[in-house]
Amino acid sequence: MKEDKKLSVTAIQNGTVIDHIPAQNLFNVISILGLDQITENLVTFGTNFKSDRLGRKAIIKVSDKYFKDIDINKIALVAPNAKLNIIKDYEVVEKRQVIVPTEINGIARCMNPKCITNNENIVTRFSVLDRNGSISLKCNYCEKITDQQHLQIIR
Amino acid sequence: MKNKSLVSIADYTKEEYLEILRVAAEFEKNPVQKILEGRVVATLFFEPSTRTRLSFESAVNRLGGRVIGFTDSSSSSVSKGETLKDTILTVSNYSDLIVMRHPLEGSARYASEVATVPVINAGDGANQHPTQCLLDLFSIQKTQGTLENLKISMVGDLKYGRTVHSLLMAMSYFNPTFNFIAPDELKMPEEYKLFLDKKGIVYHEFTELAENIKDSDIIYMTRVQRERFADPLEYEKVKNVYILKNKMLEGTKDNMKILHPLPRVNEISTDVDSNSKAYYFPQALNGVYTRQAIMAKILGLK
Repeated sequence: MKEDKKLSVTAIQNGTVIDHIPAQNLFNVISILGLDQITENLVTFGTNFKSDRLGRKAIIKVSDKYFKDIDINKIALVAPNAKLNIIKDYEVVEKRQVIVPTEINGIARCMNPKCITNNENIVTRFSVLDRNGSISLKCNYCEKITDQQHLQIIR
Repeated sequence: MKNKSLVSIADYTKEEYLEILRVAAEFEKNPVQKILEGRVVATLFFEPSTRTRLSFESAVNRLGGRVIGFTDSSSSSVSKGETLKDTILTVSNYSDLIVMRHPLEGSARYASEVATVPVINAGDGANQHPTQCLLDLFSIQKTQGTLENLKISMVGDLKYGRTVHSLLMAMSYFNPTFNFIAPDELKMPEEYKLFLDKKGIVYHEFTELAENIKDSDIIYMTRVQRERFADPLEYEKVKNVYILKNKMLEGTKDNMKILHPLPRVNEISTDVDSNSKAYYFPQALNGVYTRQAIMAKILGLK
């Protein structure tokens, strides 16, 4: 298994490896972290690796980039079990986990079509409710709850 | 409470509710107090709600203040495509307080973030209508002499009715027991029942009306609306089940009062109106006192 991974996604010398991303949310993670916008760093990713826990998982490697907690925690919405490996000189020097933030600004859309945030140009704001391990968002404006199943990322 | 917007019933504490009710009782004794002299209240009704608007405007007038505003968005710059933000920022310059009604949920919260004057939410879509809730509390306290340990039956549309949800949240401070009487399609949502479970508040659910109101202190009626049913046949089945008739009131408690946020259509039979337990019209009058109290507190005049 390990051998496969190495072949599919090249090892990086320095940077961050984000592992255990649910395969279906790979592009959401890329979008939330703005990896589709950066022009400098080398970004490689692979998806549909077999995973006991997730079924299919994705992995992203970003060269020469180290994320701040506040940024990386934003991906908790779509990849709550993601693990980060901080790589220096081909060695894992630190492992980090995503922590579910208590508040989310922007990023997600409120599922209520009658919410003011879906009708005027307003940055969405949610408090994060963690119910039995499943994350849902309570809109600061319309007070309605958007569950994981209806979660939409603003791209 | 001074300068604090009232958007959601959760914005205020139990002590703040009780303080508003105390001041409302003062206004009931002495309704004409010109403490708003020289002040301007803007009533921005982006959708029509005649009853709520008149109640607020009556309250402002009794306080000696002046009202500016519009009664629906077709007569305002909204129809030209102005954003809510721009409307609120502009009107903030013209008034000391904004009262707003808007069809979109969350609009009042957003307005309160943008405005430079306090905002009172007079209804934002199906979300919140806190002044209705406070006048309901005032009516309950006035007729029962207390808010504590009461048995409250909520009847009709408990799924979409924002007034019953707000009242449930507000009453949860006062150890009530609830009866939820509704058709299966319009039952009290799970999230509110979980909230009550967490607070250890007892509730019972029924589909039958007449049998389950005998021990109530308050019956809170709401309307079962045809448009809430996906299947018109389901509506036909239940439409006459949740109509309160005078003869059902036999054997109910002497102190019991019937409340309704109004407008009523047919869910309370007109033969109930002359029963001394009918309280929905005095309840509307209480709305004026309560709104006087809310505005006076927010403007720091009481």
